[in-house]
Amino acid sequence: MASIAARRLAKELKEIHAEGCPVGINLLKADDFETWWFSIEVMGESLYKNEAYTLQFRFDAQYPISSPAVQFVVTDGHQAPIHPHVYSNGHICASILGNEWSPVLSVTAVCVTLQSMLASCKKKERPVDNDRYVRHAPDNPKKTQFHYDDDT
Amino acid sequence: MSSDYEYSDDDGDYYDDEEMIDGTQDDLSGASEDDMDMDVYGGDDFKVTPKGKRKSYEVDYDSLSQSAVEKLVKEDVDYICSICGVDESVASLLLRHMKWNKERLVEKYMDNPTSLLVAAGVTAPEPTTTSAQSRTRSIDGSASRRSTRGATRILALGGSKTKSPTTSPPLSHYTPRSFKPKSDEPFVCPICFDDSSDLRTLALDCEHTFCSGCWNAYLVSKIRDEGEHSVKCMAEGCALVCPDPFIRTVLVPAPGAPIGDPTQEEDNRKAWSHFQELLVRHYVASNKRLKFCPYPGCTNTVSCPSAADKSSLTTIVPTVSCGARGIGGQMTQSQSQSGWGLTGKEHKFCFGCHIESDHRPVVCSVARMWLKKCRDDSETANWIKSNTKECSQCQSTIEKNGGCNHMTCKKCKHEFCWVCMGPWSEHGTAWYSCNRYDEKAGVDARDAQSRSRASLERYLHYYNRWANHEQSAKLSLDLYAKTEKKMEDMQITSSLTWIEVQFMKKAVEEVERCRMTLKWTYSMAYYLAKGNEKDLFEDNQRDLEKAVEDLSELLEGPIEPENIPMLRQKVTDKTVYVQKRNEIVLEDTAKGFLEGRWKWNASVEGFDEPERTEY
Repeated sequence: MASIAARRLAKELKEIHAEGCPVGINLLKADDFETWWFSIEVMGESLYKNEAYTLQFRFDAQYPISSPAVQFVVTDGHQAPIHPHVYSNGHICASILGNEWSPVLSVTAVCVTLQSMLASCKKKERPVDNDRYVRHAPDNPKKTQFHYDDDT
Repeated sequence: MSSDYEYSDDDGDYYDDEEMIDGTQDDLSGASEDDMDMDVYGGDDFKVTPKGKRKSYEVDYDSLSQSAVEKLVKEDVDYICSICGVDESVASLLLRHMKWNKERLVEKYMDNPTSLLVAAGVTAPEPTTTSAQSRTRSIDGSASRRSTRGATRILALGGSKTKSPTTSPPLSHYTPRSFKPKSDEPFVCPICFDDSSDLRTLALDCEHTFCSGCWNAYLVSKIRDEGEHSVKCMAEGCALVCPDPFIRTVLVPAPGAPIGDPTQEEDNRKAWSHFQELLVRHYVASNKRLKFCPYPGCTNTVSCPSAADKSSLTTIVPTVSCGARGIGGQMTQSQSQSGWGLTGKEHKFCFGCHIESDHRPVVCSVARMWLKKCRDDSETANWIKSNTKECSQCQSTIEKNGGCNHMTCKKCKHEFCWVCMGPWSEHGTAWYSCNRYDEKAGVDARDAQSRSRASLERYLHYYNRWANHEQSAKLSLDLYAKTEKKMEDMQITSSLTWIEVQFMKKAVEEVERCRMTLKWTYSMAYYLAKGNEKDLFEDNQRDLEKAVEDLSELLEGPIEPENIPMLRQKVTDKTVYVQKRNEIVLEDTAKGFLEGRWKWNASVEGFDEPERTEY
């Protein structure tokens, strides 16, 4: 299936280069078909105005049948946004990255979903169990069985 | 196994002229009870219990193979087909959605077929369908709308082949299928972006079209990695579930289809058979009268209607066997019994709880309580309570492991007497002996201490005996090997034939069986309330224990060639006696449960609260 993943990612990348990313999202790095970085900024009025974050996508050979591992970058001076569904280690609790992942979704679709997740935030705070989770969290957020509180 | 035993498969033939203890090996239908057929009636003649007669400690059950369960599944599906007028694949989806509750399904279907079909993922609710479709279109820009309904649609774009759906009769509630010719726009799979002209594409009723390669990868991943028996459409937010014929079409190549990648074919074949196992497992898990065999690699199911109701578990111990023996690759059906040792071990388990062995005679709730107690740290706490005291000043826990009674707390430097717990200053110079023994405070403290110690000792009494039999059962493999060796020696040193030395094997098997019974009688006795009933129970237990130990000793002892005939007689007699004692314990305990005779000293799930707590 590796060829499917490569072909699909090549196509996604080509579209990004040809049509550009949605507003507020920019491709930072896509040197291979394993790890891509995007910058993400919330447009318009929101709690995250003028704040830019970095998203990391990691793809395995089963992509797009299996979801990409998506998280905010928290190294080299980058930080994760303070949001009730974003842990301080960058892990994101979003059903779309877990049990509601569909192979039809694309990298940019995920970016847009996460952008709107930030935009709709009412209060900047960490998840309640942040400290406990971060202490024991696996390196790959896909290994975590999140319990999705709502449909964001 | 040595070559001497190679003809053991049909050893039922030898018993006619030999006074053997066991009955013949059963055929498959009776195999489930074969262990219990060893009962002996009428003293010294070795009669086999008539078939079909059930003892009070046995339950009726049936062993079902995967294909037998598949047949039951088929019956339910056919029933729903005929009542609701839907085709098999729809009936199967509905049943899975309703957890195989036919009555509720029919009721709901009659009430509102559309909402049930939507909830089960058979049809898409109209508004969602359109929005999902427009979304798909916006992504791939080419998914043309086809006004088709029905089960599975297989399109070969580019080519002109159109396979007819694999499912049979049209669904009465569906509009007749119409098949619009596929559009001429080039199709690009929205997942892998493959746009080859000969791409084989597939879609469910929702018409979310993808290439067969992506469907294949997706189904295999869902079935194999996630163990999913209801796989939804790949499109985002689409709740349609893939019907079985669709999955079959994707995974099982049609006859005459071009040979694909062999690894892929193998994965597909495995996924398809795993999918069928998942369906059976779901059916079994949804049915209280059925339970899947817990032994690794076993796919048999046991049906035990009498234990389906939880409340029956206070009166019966539903020990069942799925009819297979051995573990994993060495598994056999019991009619070709491989003989002995663990490789041929029967798949015995309890239908009522998760204990994967025979825990007769004790009922599930008591067995569970006992295992929990043995696992818990509560007994560690008990030990601490019995072996330590607290400093009367700073309450630190102190274990006295030697020395005199003049204690000085390491922490707060408080000096006190270990015996009476009073301050040491009051003892004056009476070192090494406390003369304040009669003080009231000291008496109270000592009473509490000894009660705790007594309770610990009581627990340990039962636990040690329980664990001893558990340990012996674990060593049974060794004993089997040793006995086998002795049997070979006996054939060399005496004139006995292989058939004639079988008495040793029977004896070892009987000892193991009785040890299992004995083991669980200790957990039972621990919780039995004091009284005549308990005394009688423990008398029976003692008699069995004594008989088992005697027989064990005979088996373990060295074999002198000149004593073999006598040993044979003794072992045979003892085996019969042990069997009888075991019968008595099992029968009487089971009867006691049916009569509600047993009273507990602790609160046991499903039973009345004990009147008073006395050990």
